[in-house]
Amino acid sequence: MSASVRARRARRHLLGGLGYHGFGIIASFFFLAPFIWAGLASLRSGSEAQTPPMPPWPQNGISFDSYETLDTFGSGIWQHTMNSFLVAAGTVVLTVVVSLLAGYGFSRYRFPLKNVMFVLIIATLMIPFQSILTPLFIILARLGLNNSLVGLMLVYVTLQLPFSVFMMRNAFDAVPREIEEAARIDGARDLKLLFKVLLPLVMPGVVTVAIFAFLNSWNEFMAALILLSENDKYTLPVLMTAVRAGRLGAINWGAVQAGVMVMTIPCLVVFLLLQRYYMRGLMAGAVK
Amino acid sequence: MSITTTAPVAELTRPRRRASLRQWQGVFYVAPAMALVTVFFIVPVLFTVWMSLHNWPLLGEPKWIGLDNYVRMFSDSRFFAALNFTAYYTLVATIAIFVLAFPLALFVERKRTGVSAYRTIFFLPVVVGLATASLLWVWLANVDAGLFGPVLRMFGITGRASNVLATFDSAFIVIVVMVVWKIVGFTMIILLTGLQAIPTDLTEAARIDGANRWQRFRRLTLPLMRRTLALALILSVTGSVLAFDQFYIMTSGGPQNRMISVVYYIFNQSFVSFQLGYGSALSIALLAILVALSVIQLRLLRVGDER
Repeated sequence: MSASVRARRARRHLLGGLGYHGFGIIASFFFLAPFIWAGLASLRSGSEAQTPPMPPWPQNGISFDSYETLDTFGSGIWQHTMNSFLVAAGTVVLTVVVSLLAGYGFSRYRFPLKNVMFVLIIATLMIPFQSILTPLFIILARLGLNNSLVGLMLVYVTLQLPFSVFMMRNAFDAVPREIEEAARIDGARDLKLLFKVLLPLVMPGVVTVAIFAFLNSWNEFMAALILLSENDKYTLPVLMTAVRAGRLGAINWGAVQAGVMVMTIPCLVVFLLLQRYYMRGLMAGAVK
Repeated sequence: MSITTTAPVAELTRPRRRASLRQWQGVFYVAPAMALVTVFFIVPVLFTVWMSLHNWPLLGEPKWIGLDNYVRMFSDSRFFAALNFTAYYTLVATIAIFVLAFPLALFVERKRTGVSAYRTIFFLPVVVGLATASLLWVWLANVDAGLFGPVLRMFGITGRASNVLATFDSAFIVIVVMVVWKIVGFTMIILLTGLQAIPTDLTEAARIDGANRWQRFRRLTLPLMRRTLALALILSVTGSVLAFDQFYIMTSGGPQNRMISVVYYIFNQSFVSFQLGYGSALSIALLAILVALSVIQLRLLRVGDER
Protein backbone atom coordinates (compact mmCIF):
# COMPACT_ATOMS: atom_id res chain seq x y z
CA MET A 1 0.00 0.00 0.00
CA SER A 2 2.50 2.60 1.12
CA ALA A 3 4.93 1.37 -1.52
CA SER A 4 2.38 1.92 -4.26
CA VAL A 5 1.63 5.38 -2.91
CA ARG A 6 5.30 6.14 -2.94
CA ALA A 7 5.63 4.79 -6.48
CA ARG A 8 2.69 6.90 -7.62
CA ARG A 9 4.19 9.96 -5.99
CA ALA A 10 7.55 9.29 -7.63
CA ARG A 11 5.83 8.86 -10.99
CA ARG A 12 3.93 12.12 -10.56
CA HIS A 13 7.16 13.83 -9.60
CA LEU A 14 8.85 12.46 -12.71
CA LEU A 15 5.94 13.48 -14.93
CA GLY A 16 5.91 16.93 -13.31
CA GLY A 17 9.64 17.24 -14.03
CA LEU A 18 9.12 16.14 -17.62
CA GLY A 19 6.33 18.67 -18.07
CA TYR A 20 8.38 21.39 -16.46
CA HIS A 21 11.49 20.83 -18.50
CA GLY A 22 9.51 20.05 -21.63
CA PHE A 23 7.93 23.49 -21.44
CA GLY A 24 11.27 25.05 -20.48
CA ILE A 25 13.10 23.56 -23.44
CA ILE A 26 10.42 24.52 -25.96
CA ALA A 27 10.26 28.08 -24.58
CA SER A 28 14.07 28.30 -24.59
CA PHE A 29 14.06 27.25 -28.24
CA PHE A 30 11.77 30.15 -29.16
CA PHE A 31 13.96 32.65 -27.36
CA LEU A 32 17.22 31.31 -28.76
CA ALA A 33 16.16 30.34 -32.28
CA PRO A 34 16.37 33.82 -33.90
CA PHE A 35 19.96 34.22 -32.66
CA ILE A 36 20.99 30.74 -33.77
CA TRP A 37 19.29 31.15 -37.12
CA ALA A 38 20.95 34.49 -37.83
CA GLY A 39 24.35 33.29 -36.58
CA LEU A 40 24.34 30.18 -38.75
CA ALA A 41 22.84 31.93 -41.77
CA SER A 42 25.46 34.67 -41.63
CA LEU A 43 28.13 32.02 -42.36
CA ARG A 44 26.60 30.99 -45.68
CA SER A 45 28.27 31.90 -48.96
CA GLY A 46 27.18 34.88 -51.06
CA SER A 47 24.61 33.23 -53.31
CA GLU A 48 23.19 31.07 -50.53
CA ALA A 49 22.70 34.08 -48.27
CA GLN A 50 19.89 35.36 -50.50
CA THR A 51 17.83 32.18 -50.16
CA PRO A 52 15.52 31.19 -47.31
CA PRO A 53 17.44 29.81 -44.31
CA MET A 54 16.07 26.26 -44.53
CA PRO A 55 18.23 24.66 -43.17
CA PRO A 56 20.07 27.64 -41.64
CA TRP A 57 23.55 26.11 -41.66
CA PRO A 58 25.86 26.60 -44.66
CA GLN A 59 25.46 24.00 -47.41
CA ASN A 60 28.73 24.71 -49.25
CA GLY A 61 31.06 25.08 -46.30
CA ILE A 62 31.51 28.00 -43.93
CA SER A 63 32.13 31.30 -45.65
CA PHE A 64 32.64 34.88 -44.48
CA ASP A 65 31.20 36.39 -47.68
CA SER A 66 28.42 38.13 -45.77
CA TYR A 67 30.89 39.84 -43.43
CA GLU A 68 33.00 40.92 -46.42
CA THR A 69 29.91 42.36 -48.11
CA LEU A 70 29.03 44.17 -44.89
CA ASP A 71 32.51 45.70 -44.97
CA THR A 72 31.73 47.43 -48.30
CA PHE A 73 29.02 49.59 -46.72
CA GLY A 74 29.76 53.06 -45.36
CA SER A 75 33.37 53.47 -44.28
CA GLY A 76 33.95 49.78 -43.60
CA ILE A 77 32.71 47.71 -40.72
CA TRP A 78 35.83 48.33 -38.61
CA GLN A 79 35.36 52.06 -38.68
CA HIS A 80 31.73 51.79 -37.59
CA THR A 81 32.41 49.14 -34.96
CA MET A 82 35.11 51.44 -33.58
CA ASN A 83 32.65 54.38 -33.59
CA SER A 84 30.16 52.32 -31.62
CA PHE A 85 32.86 51.01 -29.32
CA LEU A 86 34.37 54.45 -28.66
CA VAL A 87 30.98 55.94 -27.84
CA ALA A 88 30.13 52.99 -25.58
CA ALA A 89 33.52 52.96 -23.83
CA GLY A 90 33.48 56.73 -23.35
CA THR A 91 29.95 56.56 -21.99
CA VAL A 92 30.96 53.82 -19.55
CA VAL A 93 34.01 55.69 -18.23
CA LEU A 94 32.30 59.07 -17.94
CA THR A 95 29.15 57.62 -16.41
CA VAL A 96 31.15 55.73 -13.80
CA VAL A 97 33.31 58.74 -12.87
CA VAL A 98 30.44 61.25 -12.76
CA SER A 99 28.05 58.98 -10.87
CA LEU A 100 30.78 57.85 -8.47
CA LEU A 101 31.51 61.46 -7.52
CA ALA A 102 27.84 62.39 -7.35
CA GLY A 103 26.89 59.27 -5.39
CA TYR A 104 29.64 60.07 -2.87
CA GLY A 105 28.58 63.70 -2.62
CA PHE A 106 24.91 62.86 -2.12
CA SER A 107 25.66 60.12 0.39
CA ARG A 108 28.28 61.82 2.56
CA TYR A 109 27.85 65.58 2.43
CA ARG A 110 25.24 68.05 3.48
CA PHE A 111 24.85 71.19 1.43
CA PRO A 112 22.07 73.57 0.49
CA LEU A 113 19.55 72.28 -2.07
CA LYS A 114 21.03 68.78 -1.84
CA ASN A 115 17.67 67.02 -1.93
CA VAL A 116 16.36 69.29 -4.67
CA MET A 117 19.37 68.43 -6.84
CA PHE A 118 18.98 64.72 -6.21
CA VAL A 119 15.29 64.74 -7.04
CA LEU A 120 16.04 66.81 -10.15
CA ILE A 121 18.48 64.18 -11.44
CA ILE A 122 16.09 61.31 -10.71
CA ALA A 123 13.12 63.21 -12.16
CA THR A 124 14.71 63.25 -15.62
CA LEU A 125 13.61 59.60 -15.78
CA MET A 126 10.04 60.84 -16.13
CA ILE A 127 10.77 62.71 -19.34
CA PRO A 128 11.48 60.57 -22.39
CA PHE A 129 14.58 61.78 -24.24
CA GLN A 130 12.72 61.30 -27.52
CA SER A 131 10.79 64.46 -26.74
CA ILE A 132 13.88 66.65 -26.30
CA LEU A 133 15.90 65.52 -29.31
CA THR A 134 15.12 68.65 -31.33
CA PRO A 135 16.59 71.11 -28.81
CA LEU A 136 19.47 68.72 -28.10
CA PHE A 137 20.28 68.83 -31.80
CA ILE A 138 20.35 72.66 -31.69
CA ILE A 139 22.26 72.89 -28.39
CA LEU A 140 24.93 70.46 -29.61
CA ALA A 141 25.25 72.49 -32.81
CA ARG A 142 25.76 75.69 -30.74
CA LEU A 143 28.43 73.91 -28.69
CA GLY A 144 30.17 72.78 -31.88
CA LEU A 145 29.36 69.18 -31.04
CA ASN A 146 26.95 68.39 -33.86
CA ASN A 147 27.78 65.29 -35.86
CA SER A 148 30.32 64.38 -33.19
CA LEU A 149 30.79 61.15 -31.28
CA VAL A 150 31.73 63.18 -28.19
CA GLY A 151 28.41 65.03 -28.33
CA LEU A 152 26.50 61.77 -28.67
CA MET A 153 28.49 60.34 -25.77
CA LEU A 154 27.63 63.29 -23.49
CA VAL A 155 23.95 62.80 -24.30
CA TYR A 156 24.19 59.09 -23.46
CA VAL A 157 25.99 59.84 -20.18
CA THR A 158 23.20 62.24 -19.20
CA LEU A 159 20.57 59.61 -20.01
CA GLN A 160 22.41 57.12 -17.76
CA LEU A 161 22.73 59.49 -14.81
CA PRO A 162 19.41 59.05 -12.97
CA PHE A 163 19.85 55.30 -12.67
CA SER A 164 23.61 55.50 -12.05
CA VAL A 165 23.56 58.27 -9.43
CA PHE A 166 20.76 56.46 -7.61
CA MET A 167 22.75 53.19 -7.66
CA MET A 168 25.97 54.82 -6.49
CA ARG A 169 24.34 56.80 -3.71
CA ASN A 170 22.83 53.57 -2.38
CA ALA A 171 26.19 51.84 -2.71
CA PHE A 172 27.89 54.56 -0.62
CA ASP A 173 25.04 54.59 1.89
CA ALA A 174 25.74 50.89 2.51
CA VAL A 175 29.41 51.53 3.40
CA PRO A 176 29.84 52.01 7.17
CA ARG A 177 31.13 55.46 8.09
CA GLU A 178 33.64 53.97 10.52
CA ILE A 179 35.77 52.75 7.62
CA GLU A 180 35.96 56.26 6.27
CA GLU A 181 36.77 57.79 9.63
CA ALA A 182 39.54 55.26 10.20
CA ALA A 183 41.04 56.05 6.80
CA ARG A 184 40.72 59.76 7.50
CA ILE A 185 42.65 59.40 10.73
CA ASP A 186 45.30 57.51 8.77
CA GLY A 187 45.67 60.62 6.62
CA ALA A 188 43.65 59.71 3.52
CA ARG A 189 41.70 62.74 2.34
CA ASP A 190 39.06 63.62 -0.23
CA LEU A 191 39.73 62.13 -3.67
CA LYS A 192 42.48 59.86 -2.36
CA LEU A 193 40.09 58.54 0.27
CA LEU A 194 37.41 58.06 -2.36
CA PHE A 195 39.53 56.20 -4.91
CA LYS A 196 41.90 54.27 -2.62
CA VAL A 197 39.62 53.28 0.23
CA LEU A 198 35.99 53.52 -0.86
CA LEU A 199 36.15 52.55 -4.54
CA PRO A 200 36.92 48.87 -3.84
CA LEU A 201 33.96 48.77 -1.43
CA VAL A 202 31.45 50.10 -3.97
CA MET A 203 32.89 48.11 -6.89
CA PRO A 204 29.77 45.95 -7.39
CA GLY A 205 27.72 49.12 -7.87
CA VAL A 206 30.31 50.44 -10.32
CA VAL A 207 30.14 47.24 -12.37
CA THR A 208 26.33 47.43 -12.49
CA VAL A 209 26.44 51.07 -13.60
CA ALA A 210 29.08 50.21 -16.23
CA ILE A 211 27.09 47.32 -17.74
CA PHE A 212 23.94 49.38 -18.13
CA ALA A 213 25.92 52.27 -19.62
CA PHE A 214 27.60 49.94 -22.10
CA LEU A 215 24.48 48.12 -23.27
CA ASN A 216 22.33 51.23 -23.54
CA SER A 217 24.89 53.26 -25.49
CA TRP A 218 25.91 50.35 -27.74
CA ASN A 219 22.27 49.65 -28.63
CA GLU A 220 20.84 53.18 -28.84
CA PHE A 221 19.46 54.05 -32.28
CA MET A 222 17.22 57.11 -32.49
CA ALA A 223 19.53 59.73 -30.95
CA ALA A 224 22.43 58.46 -33.05
CA LEU A 225 20.27 58.61 -36.17
CA ILE A 226 19.38 62.24 -35.51
CA LEU A 227 22.62 63.60 -34.04
CA LEU A 228 25.10 62.01 -36.46
CA SER A 229 24.90 63.39 -39.97
CA GLU A 230 28.05 62.20 -41.72
CA ASN A 231 28.60 58.73 -43.02
CA ASP A 232 31.98 58.10 -41.37
CA LYS A 233 30.61 58.95 -37.90
CA TYR A 234 27.74 56.45 -38.00
CA THR A 235 27.48 53.97 -35.16
CA LEU A 236 26.52 50.39 -36.06
CA PRO A 237 22.72 50.68 -35.76
CA VAL A 238 22.71 53.78 -38.01
CA LEU A 239 25.01 52.10 -40.53
CA MET A 240 22.64 49.13 -40.61
CA THR A 241 19.74 51.29 -41.79
CA ALA A 242 21.79 51.89 -44.94
CA VAL A 243 22.41 48.15 -45.30
CA ARG A 244 18.71 47.49 -44.70
CA ALA A 245 17.73 50.11 -47.29
CA GLY A 246 19.85 48.24 -49.84
CA ARG A 247 21.63 49.34 -52.99
CA LEU A 248 19.92 49.81 -56.34
CA GLY A 249 16.75 48.41 -54.87
CA ALA A 250 18.33 45.12 -53.80
CA ILE A 251 18.94 44.29 -50.15
CA ASN A 252 21.88 42.06 -49.32
CA TRP A 253 20.39 39.91 -46.56
CA GLY A 254 23.73 38.26 -45.86
CA ALA A 255 25.12 41.64 -44.85
CA VAL A 256 22.07 42.25 -42.65
CA GLN A 257 22.64 38.92 -40.84
CA ALA A 258 26.35 39.67 -40.44
CA GLY A 259 25.57 43.14 -39.07
CA VAL A 260 23.03 41.71 -36.62
CA MET A 261 25.72 39.34 -35.32
CA VAL A 262 28.32 42.12 -34.98
CA MET A 263 25.84 44.12 -32.88
CA THR A 264 24.51 41.15 -30.89
CA ILE A 265 27.62 39.28 -29.81
CA PRO A 266 29.19 41.99 -27.59
CA CYS A 267 25.86 42.42 -25.73
CA LEU A 268 25.47 38.71 -25.11
CA VAL A 269 29.09 38.31 -24.00
CA VAL A 270 28.92 41.25 -21.58
CA PHE A 271 25.60 40.05 -20.19
CA LEU A 272 26.61 36.41 -19.76
CA LEU A 273 29.91 37.31 -18.08
CA LEU A 274 28.46 39.91 -15.71
CA GLN A 275 24.89 38.66 -15.36
CA ARG A 276 24.96 38.75 -11.58
CA TYR A 277 25.63 42.49 -11.53
CA TYR A 278 23.08 43.16 -14.26
CA MET A 279 20.27 41.37 -12.46
CA ARG A 280 21.24 43.02 -9.18
CA GLY A 281 20.87 46.43 -10.80
CA LEU A 282 17.57 45.53 -12.42
CA MET A 283 16.11 44.13 -9.22
CA ALA A 284 17.38 47.05 -7.12
CA GLY A 285 15.61 49.34 -9.57
CA ALA A 286 12.42 47.27 -9.47
CA VAL A 287 12.22 46.98 -5.70
CA LYS A 288 12.77 50.65 -4.98
CA MET B 1 20.73 60.09 6.67
CA SER B 2 21.43 63.01 9.01
CA ILE B 3 25.15 63.32 9.54
CA THR B 4 24.98 64.73 13.07
CA THR B 5 23.68 61.48 14.49
CA THR B 6 26.54 59.41 13.14
CA ALA B 7 29.44 61.86 13.03
CA PRO B 8 32.15 60.99 15.54
CA VAL B 9 32.90 63.22 18.49
CA ALA B 10 35.95 64.76 16.82
CA GLU B 11 33.77 66.11 14.06
CA LEU B 12 31.40 67.79 16.49
CA THR B 13 34.02 69.47 18.67
CA ARG B 14 35.67 71.15 15.71
CA PRO B 15 34.66 74.75 15.01
CA ARG B 16 31.27 74.79 13.35
CA ARG B 17 32.41 76.86 10.41
CA ARG B 18 35.04 74.40 9.38
CA ALA B 19 32.57 71.54 9.51
CA SER B 20 30.09 73.36 7.33
CA LEU B 21 32.86 74.37 4.92
CA ARG B 22 33.78 70.72 4.63
CA GLN B 23 30.14 69.95 3.86
CA TRP B 24 30.29 72.45 1.02
CA GLN B 25 32.79 70.19 -0.71
CA GLY B 26 29.83 67.99 -1.54
CA VAL B 27 28.79 70.57 -4.12
CA PHE B 28 31.99 69.89 -6.06
CA TYR B 29 31.32 66.17 -6.06
CA VAL B 30 27.82 66.54 -7.49
CA ALA B 31 28.76 69.43 -9.82
CA PRO B 32 29.67 67.32 -12.92
CA ALA B 33 26.40 65.39 -12.73
CA MET B 34 24.40 68.58 -12.20
CA ALA B 35 26.18 70.28 -15.11
CA LEU B 36 25.39 67.41 -17.50
CA VAL B 37 21.77 67.16 -16.39
CA THR B 38 21.35 70.92 -16.69
CA VAL B 39 22.93 71.31 -20.14
CA PHE B 40 21.62 68.13 -21.75
CA PHE B 41 18.29 67.75 -20.02
CA ILE B 42 16.81 70.66 -18.13
CA VAL B 43 17.77 73.31 -20.69
CA PRO B 44 16.50 71.15 -23.59
CA VAL B 45 13.16 70.59 -21.81
CA LEU B 46 12.69 74.33 -21.26
CA PHE B 47 13.94 74.96 -24.78
CA THR B 48 11.31 72.56 -26.15
CA VAL B 49 8.57 74.64 -24.51
CA TRP B 50 10.10 77.85 -25.93
CA MET B 51 10.46 76.37 -29.43
CA SER B 52 6.90 75.11 -29.43
CA LEU B 53 5.74 78.75 -29.33
CA HIS B 54 7.63 79.58 -32.53
CA ASN B 55 7.62 78.85 -36.19
CA TRP B 56 11.15 77.45 -36.12
CA PRO B 57 12.71 76.46 -39.44
CA LEU B 58 16.09 74.69 -39.58
CA LEU B 59 17.69 77.70 -41.24
CA GLY B 60 16.53 81.28 -40.87
CA GLU B 61 14.93 83.25 -38.06
CA PRO B 62 12.41 81.65 -35.70
CA LYS B 63 9.18 83.60 -35.53
CA TRP B 64 7.01 83.92 -32.42
CA ILE B 65 3.54 82.57 -33.14
CA GLY B 66 2.20 82.00 -29.64
CA LEU B 67 -0.05 78.98 -29.36
CA ASP B 68 -0.57 78.52 -33.10
CA ASN B 69 1.38 75.24 -33.14
CA TYR B 70 -0.95 73.83 -30.52
CA VAL B 71 -4.02 75.05 -32.38
CA ARG B 72 -2.69 73.46 -35.56
CA MET B 73 -2.18 70.18 -33.71
CA PHE B 74 -5.89 69.84 -33.04
CA SER B 75 -6.74 69.98 -36.72
CA ASP B 76 -3.88 67.71 -37.81
CA SER B 77 -5.57 64.50 -38.83
CA ARG B 78 -2.27 62.70 -39.43
CA PHE B 79 -1.26 63.41 -35.83
CA PHE B 80 -4.50 61.90 -34.62
CA ALA B 81 -3.96 58.92 -36.90
CA ALA B 82 -0.51 58.49 -35.28
CA LEU B 83 -2.05 58.78 -31.79
CA ASN B 84 -4.67 56.25 -32.73
CA PHE B 85 -2.16 53.77 -34.09
CA THR B 86 0.12 54.21 -31.05
CA ALA B 87 -2.79 53.58 -28.70
CA TYR B 88 -3.74 50.43 -30.60
CA TYR B 89 -0.13 49.20 -30.62
CA THR B 90 0.34 49.98 -26.91
CA LEU B 91 -2.82 48.10 -25.99
CA VAL B 92 -2.01 45.00 -28.04
CA ALA B 93 1.69 44.88 -27.13
CA THR B 94 1.10 45.41 -23.41
CA ILE B 95 -1.59 42.74 -23.21
CA ALA B 96 0.56 40.30 -25.20
CA ILE B 97 3.59 40.94 -23.00
CA PHE B 98 1.66 40.50 -19.73
CA VAL B 99 -0.21 37.42 -20.89
CA LEU B 100 3.14 35.72 -21.53
CA ALA B 101 5.28 37.33 -18.84
CA PHE B 102 3.08 36.18 -15.96
CA PRO B 103 3.23 32.43 -16.73
CA LEU B 104 6.96 32.76 -17.43
CA ALA B 105 7.52 34.52 -14.10
CA LEU B 106 5.61 31.77 -12.26
CA PHE B 107 7.63 29.22 -14.23
CA VAL B 108 11.04 30.65 -13.29
CA GLU B 109 9.98 31.27 -9.69
CA ARG B 110 9.90 27.51 -8.96
CA LYS B 111 12.94 26.13 -7.20
CA ARG B 112 14.02 23.42 -9.59
CA THR B 113 17.24 22.39 -11.21
CA GLY B 114 18.01 24.37 -14.33
CA VAL B 115 15.72 27.25 -13.42
CA SER B 116 18.52 29.83 -13.50
CA ALA B 117 19.47 28.67 -17.00
CA TYR B 118 15.87 29.22 -18.13
CA ARG B 119 15.87 32.68 -16.55
CA THR B 120 19.03 33.59 -18.44
CA ILE B 121 17.78 32.25 -21.77
CA PHE B 122 14.39 33.97 -21.56
CA PHE B 123 16.18 37.19 -20.71
CA LEU B 124 18.78 37.11 -23.52
CA PRO B 125 16.81 39.10 -26.12
CA VAL B 126 16.39 41.94 -23.60
CA VAL B 127 20.08 42.84 -23.67
CA VAL B 128 20.14 43.16 -27.46
CA GLY B 129 19.12 46.50 -28.92
CA LEU B 130 15.63 47.07 -30.25
CA ALA B 131 17.21 48.21 -33.53
CA THR B 132 19.21 44.96 -33.71
CA ALA B 133 16.14 42.87 -32.95
CA SER B 134 14.16 44.77 -35.60
CA LEU B 135 16.84 44.05 -38.23
CA LEU B 136 16.96 40.40 -37.27
CA TRP B 137 13.20 40.02 -37.53
CA VAL B 138 12.80 42.02 -40.72
CA TRP B 139 15.11 39.49 -42.30
CA LEU B 140 13.14 36.57 -40.83
CA ALA B 141 9.96 38.10 -42.22
CA ASN B 142 11.38 38.90 -45.65
CA VAL B 143 9.55 37.30 -48.54
CA ASP B 144 12.58 36.15 -50.56
CA ALA B 145 15.33 35.37 -48.08
CA GLY B 146 13.42 35.01 -44.82
CA LEU B 147 12.21 32.17 -42.67
CA PHE B 148 8.51 32.85 -42.13
CA GLY B 149 7.47 32.37 -45.76
CA PRO B 150 8.80 28.80 -46.05
CA VAL B 151 7.63 27.89 -42.53
CA LEU B 152 4.09 29.14 -43.14
CA ARG B 153 4.06 27.23 -46.43
CA MET B 154 5.35 24.12 -44.70
CA PHE B 155 2.43 24.17 -42.28
CA GLY B 156 0.09 24.82 -45.18
CA ILE B 157 -1.12 28.15 -43.83
CA THR B 158 -0.34 30.02 -47.01
CA GLY B 159 -0.12 28.59 -50.49
CA ARG B 160 2.68 30.54 -52.07
CA ALA B 161 5.44 32.85 -50.92
CA SER B 162 3.63 35.45 -48.86
CA ASN B 163 5.02 38.86 -48.05
CA VAL B 164 4.00 39.21 -44.42
CA LEU B 165 5.28 42.78 -44.22
CA ALA B 166 3.13 43.93 -47.15
CA THR B 167 -0.23 44.04 -45.39
CA PHE B 168 -1.02 45.96 -42.24
CA ASP B 169 -2.38 43.10 -40.15
CA SER B 170 0.36 40.57 -40.80
CA ALA B 171 3.13 43.18 -40.49
CA PHE B 172 1.57 44.33 -37.22
CA ILE B 173 1.53 40.77 -35.91
CA VAL B 174 5.20 40.29 -36.84
CA ILE B 175 6.16 43.48 -35.00
CA VAL B 176 4.16 42.55 -31.90
CA VAL B 177 5.70 39.05 -31.86
CA MET B 178 9.17 40.59 -32.22
CA VAL B 179 8.54 43.03 -29.37
CA VAL B 180 7.15 40.30 -27.13
CA TRP B 181 10.21 38.13 -27.86
CA LYS B 182 12.47 41.08 -27.06
CA ILE B 183 10.71 42.49 -23.95
CA VAL B 184 8.88 39.64 -22.21
CA GLY B 185 12.00 38.52 -20.32
CA PHE B 186 12.31 41.97 -18.80
CA THR B 187 8.71 42.05 -17.58
CA MET B 188 9.18 38.49 -16.36
CA ILE B 189 12.09 39.49 -14.11
CA ILE B 190 10.21 42.52 -12.74
CA LEU B 191 7.22 40.30 -11.91
CA LEU B 192 9.59 37.72 -10.42
CA THR B 193 10.92 40.26 -7.91
CA GLY B 194 7.31 40.88 -6.88
CA LEU B 195 6.54 37.16 -6.55
CA GLN B 196 9.67 36.57 -4.48
CA ALA B 197 8.70 39.37 -2.10
CA ILE B 198 5.53 37.49 -1.07
CA PRO B 199 6.19 35.69 2.23
CA THR B 200 5.95 31.93 1.71
CA ASP B 201 4.11 31.39 5.02
CA LEU B 202 1.20 33.42 3.62
CA THR B 203 0.80 31.13 0.61
CA GLU B 204 1.29 28.11 2.88
CA ALA B 205 -1.46 29.33 5.20
CA ALA B 206 -3.81 29.83 2.26
CA ARG B 207 -2.98 26.35 0.97
CA ILE B 208 -3.77 24.83 4.37
CA ASP B 209 -7.04 26.79 4.48
CA GLY B 210 -8.00 24.97 1.30
CA ALA B 211 -7.57 27.69 -1.27
CA ASN B 212 -6.87 26.20 -4.66
CA ARG B 213 -4.16 27.42 -7.01
CA TRP B 214 -6.34 29.89 -8.88
CA GLN B 215 -7.86 31.30 -5.68
CA ARG B 216 -4.39 31.76 -4.19
CA PHE B 217 -3.27 33.57 -7.34
CA ARG B 218 -6.36 35.75 -7.59
CA ARG B 219 -6.85 36.62 -3.90
CA LEU B 220 -3.31 36.57 -2.58
CA THR B 221 -0.62 36.86 -5.23
CA LEU B 222 -2.20 39.57 -7.40
CA PRO B 223 -3.16 41.97 -4.56
CA LEU B 224 0.24 41.58 -2.91
CA MET B 225 1.97 42.34 -6.21
CA ARG B 226 0.15 45.62 -6.85
CA ARG B 227 3.24 47.80 -6.67
CA THR B 228 5.26 45.49 -8.90
CA LEU B 229 2.39 45.25 -11.36
CA ALA B 230 2.13 49.04 -11.46
CA LEU B 231 5.84 49.33 -12.19
CA ALA B 232 5.79 46.66 -14.91
CA LEU B 233 2.67 48.17 -16.44
CA ILE B 234 4.03 51.71 -16.50
CA LEU B 235 7.35 50.59 -17.99
CA SER B 236 5.58 48.54 -20.63
CA VAL B 237 3.07 51.24 -21.56
CA THR B 238 5.70 53.99 -21.63
CA GLY B 239 8.00 51.88 -23.79
CA SER B 240 5.19 51.11 -26.24
CA VAL B 241 4.00 54.71 -26.48
CA LEU B 242 7.58 55.74 -27.33
CA ALA B 243 8.03 53.03 -29.97
CA PHE B 244 10.04 54.14 -32.96
CA ASP B 245 12.91 51.79 -33.94
CA GLN B 246 10.74 48.85 -34.96
CA PHE B 247 8.46 50.90 -37.23
CA TYR B 248 11.33 52.86 -38.76
CA ILE B 249 13.50 49.81 -39.44
CA MET B 250 10.96 47.08 -40.14
CA THR B 251 8.24 48.77 -42.16
CA SER B 252 9.42 52.38 -42.70
CA GLY B 253 6.05 53.50 -41.45
CA GLY B 254 4.22 50.55 -42.83
CA PRO B 255 1.90 49.73 -45.65
CA GLN B 256 0.14 52.95 -46.78
CA ASN B 257 1.89 54.87 -43.97
CA ARG B 258 -0.42 53.25 -41.45
CA MET B 259 2.36 52.40 -38.99
CA ILE B 260 3.48 55.89 -38.07
CA SER B 261 3.75 56.02 -34.28
CA VAL B 262 3.64 59.32 -32.40
CA VAL B 263 7.42 59.47 -31.96
CA TYR B 264 7.84 58.59 -35.64
CA TYR B 265 5.47 61.41 -36.58
CA ILE B 266 7.40 63.87 -34.40
CA PHE B 267 10.62 62.64 -36.02
CA ASN B 268 9.14 63.24 -39.47
CA GLN B 269 7.89 66.73 -38.59
CA SER B 270 11.17 67.78 -36.96
CA PHE B 271 13.84 66.08 -39.03
CA VAL B 272 12.24 65.33 -42.38
CA SER B 273 9.99 68.38 -42.83
CA PHE B 274 12.22 70.49 -40.54
CA GLN B 275 9.28 72.11 -38.77
CA LEU B 276 11.15 72.20 -35.48
CA GLY B 277 8.61 74.39 -33.70
CA TYR B 278 5.69 72.17 -34.57
CA GLY B 279 7.71 69.09 -33.66
CA SER B 280 8.37 70.62 -30.24
CA ALA B 281 4.68 71.30 -29.67
CA LEU B 282 3.96 67.67 -30.52
CA SER B 283 6.69 66.60 -28.07
CA ILE B 284 5.06 68.60 -25.28
CA ALA B 285 1.74 66.93 -26.10
CA LEU B 286 3.43 63.52 -25.96
CA LEU B 287 4.94 64.40 -22.60
CA ALA B 288 1.55 65.42 -21.22
CA ILE B 289 0.00 62.19 -22.49
CA LEU B 290 2.70 60.07 -20.84
CA VAL B 291 2.38 61.82 -17.48
CA ALA B 292 -1.41 61.44 -17.63
CA LEU B 293 -1.11 57.74 -18.48
CA SER B 294 1.24 57.11 -15.54
CA VAL B 295 -1.09 58.91 -13.12
CA ILE B 296 -4.08 56.93 -14.39
CA GLN B 297 -2.25 53.62 -14.00
CA LEU B 298 -1.13 54.43 -10.46
CA ARG B 299 -4.74 55.35 -9.62
CA LEU B 300 -6.14 52.19 -11.18
CA LEU B 301 -3.79 49.99 -9.22
CA ARG B 302 -4.33 52.17 -6.13
CA VAL B 303 -0.65 52.32 -5.35
CA GLY B 304 -0.17 54.43 -2.27
CA ASP B 305 -3.09 53.33 -0.11
CA GLU B 306 -1.48 50.07 0.93
CA ARG B 307 -3.38 48.23 3.61
